[in-house]
Amino acid sequence: MTNPPAAPAAGHPTYREAIRAAIRDALDADDRVFLMGEDVGRYGGCFGVSLGLLEEYGPDRIRDTPLSESAFVGAGIGAALAGMRPIVEIMTVNFSLLSLDQILNNAATFSYMSGGQLSVPLVIRMTTGAGRQLAAQHSHSLEGWYAHIPGIRVLAPATVTDARRMLAPALADPDPVLIFEHGTLYNVAGSDDLDEVDIDSAAVRRDGDDVTLIGYGGTLGVALAAAETLAGQGISAEVLDLRVLRPLDEDAIVGSVRRTHRAVVVDEGWRSGSLAAEIAARITERVFYELDAPVERVCAAEVPMPYAGHLEQAALPGPDDVVAAARRAVG
Amino acid sequence: MNARGRDLFASMLRIRRFEERCVELYSARKIRGFMHLYIGEEAVAAGVFDALGADDNVVSTYREHGHALARGVPMTAVLAEMYGKATGCSRGRGGSMHLFDVSRRFYGGNAIVGGGLPIAVGLALADRMRGADRVTACFFGDGAVAEGEFHECLNLAALWRLPVLFCCENNRYAMGTALHRAQAQTDLALRAASYGMVAWPVDGMDVSAVAAAAHRARAQVAATGEPCFLELRTYRFRAHSMYDSDRYRDAAEIDRWKQRDPIDTYAAELLGSGELTEQDRTELEASVGREIDAAVGAAESAPREPVSDLTRFVLTEPEVPS
Ligand SMILES: Cc1ncc(C[n+]2csc(CCOP(=O)(O)OP(=O)(O)O)c2C)c(N)n1
Repeated sequence: MTNPPAAPAAGHPTYREAIRAAIRDALDADDRVFLMGEDVGRYGGCFGVSLGLLEEYGPDRIRDTPLSESAFVGAGIGAALAGMRPIVEIMTVNFSLLSLDQILNNAATFSYMSGGQLSVPLVIRMTTGAGRQLAAQHSHSLEGWYAHIPGIRVLAPATVTDARRMLAPALADPDPVLIFEHGTLYNVAGSDDLDEVDIDSAAVRRDGDDVTLIGYGGTLGVALAAAETLAGQGISAEVLDLRVLRPLDEDAIVGSVRRTHRAVVVDEGWRSGSLAAEIAARITERVFYELDAPVERVCAAEVPMPYAGHLEQAALPGPDDVVAAARRAVG
Repeated sequence: MNARGRDLFASMLRIRRFEERCVELYSARKIRGFMHLYIGEEAVAAGVFDALGADDNVVSTYREHGHALARGVPMTAVLAEMYGKATGCSRGRGGSMHLFDVSRRFYGGNAIVGGGLPIAVGLALADRMRGADRVTACFFGDGAVAEGEFHECLNLAALWRLPVLFCCENNRYAMGTALHRAQAQTDLALRAASYGMVAWPVDGMDVSAVAAAAHRARAQVAATGEPCFLELRTYRFRAHSMYDSDRYRDAAEIDRWKQRDPIDTYAAELLGSGELTEQDRTELEASVGREIDAAVGAAESAPREPVSDLTRFVLTEPEVPS
């Protein structure tokens, strides 16, 4: 699992194709699995992920829904309770807010509220992130909010391998799993070099000794690019890909920082109350006395994402910001 | 020549030619992000805005170039916004999907399907509470009818007797999903009527019919203070957005609808009745072309919002320098 996600390679599958292959595998492996969401069928999926699947599997298993996020996410929960294994696609994270009630008040809480009588084996996939000039109602990174919620698991595949392999263990999980796909990754190609991956642990994508750069999903590429620049400046950065945003692989985070003594968290969410804040707090709780510098955070500007390209880029955490933060930490 | 017919025709033509230019500008990467075209649906904007007063409120969707232009938002401000320039009507922060012009009571530009309906209810509620007699026109697509907001808002507007003119642009598709594949009851006016409001379907390809219905509906909302619902049956000739390869409808269907092109049919009607001459038409084309050229020129040379202003307008500023 060492592919930098930003390197398209001829003959390798794209992130989009990897997810499609994963869905196809899941449909083949278990007849309880079905895909449901807005325009997943005839249109081929808002981002082309499910293109062709309707022809292969039919409208029962590749099920177009009306624009009724609350209804079809809730229906996914009901179907999961009744023994099916739904994969629900929500086009974009901003629209998922219309179904937040179902996700938070039902999916995430049924097991607990029922004293363990109920399980909700549901997978919800959605696109997240900015970078395509889609402005404030299509571009936010709200996965950190979902990572706040007990009762669900939150995944953020950053590599083609993870895009290809995370779905199976997500479906096998008896509890709800949310998978966040960063919109800028769909066209990225890379090799799919493992048959299986877990959905518990973070992964070191680049080894280093001087500072740990922590990213996930869309920010992994930013962290890797920064590490490359830092290497040219004589700073050896380790890049940790969180992969799983809930539950966090705290041991991996702490283990890496214990070696490097410095950390920079790269998060496309807003800084206030962010996942980056949570990670910084955990590092402080566990390895405060081993830190040689304050934990740095590189997050999105605290603005609704703007449309204009130059403003959007200015709002997003970029490799230069990460390099600067790492240099501050290294001192 | 009949001024009203000419105005309706000119309004449609202006929207059509503007968007045709936008396609070129999009291909030239001057405009980015999602861009949704209104081509084929111009009779709806031309007809409805003909009936609205300057003091009425308007709530729109992401397919709103036509609404904004018909409302009188300057073309230069609309195009500059699509360029992401500082002179854009949302100062480059909104883009094609989020055009705002509060001076013209144009309240966006909403890209969450159904998201504008509650806003319209609230605008109308405020007017009711403060005794203003304006009407709030709320545009949304047939797809929005499946959202909870639709039902919640029609109920509230009817229950509280609010002056909202609901304008459902039924272009038969929500992205790739045909109306009958998404909705159990495809008679949308009937569904609105079930909330206890006056609702009727209108031929959205016929600008005279739209204008007549809109005038009647607006007058009724103004007179009764109660909501009214228009199901404007129309069709988009182009794909959902610039990213859509339009594989879900067949070419014959699109061609059939193009036979009813609202601009061509209205032109033929006006020419036939003598309300419009070929010379009028040529002159209109030329003046629209000049307006578009000027807007493109202005957008090209307009300044970008400085990056140092990135965080401006997140919260209200005490004083906005103009
Ligand atoms: C809540 C929400 N869900 C999904 C989308 C993605 N989306 C954007 S436009 C659209 C189709 C809406 O169709 P309709 O309301 O009929 O309007 P039209 O585009 O036909 O004008 C969809 C599904 C969205 N913007 N908001």
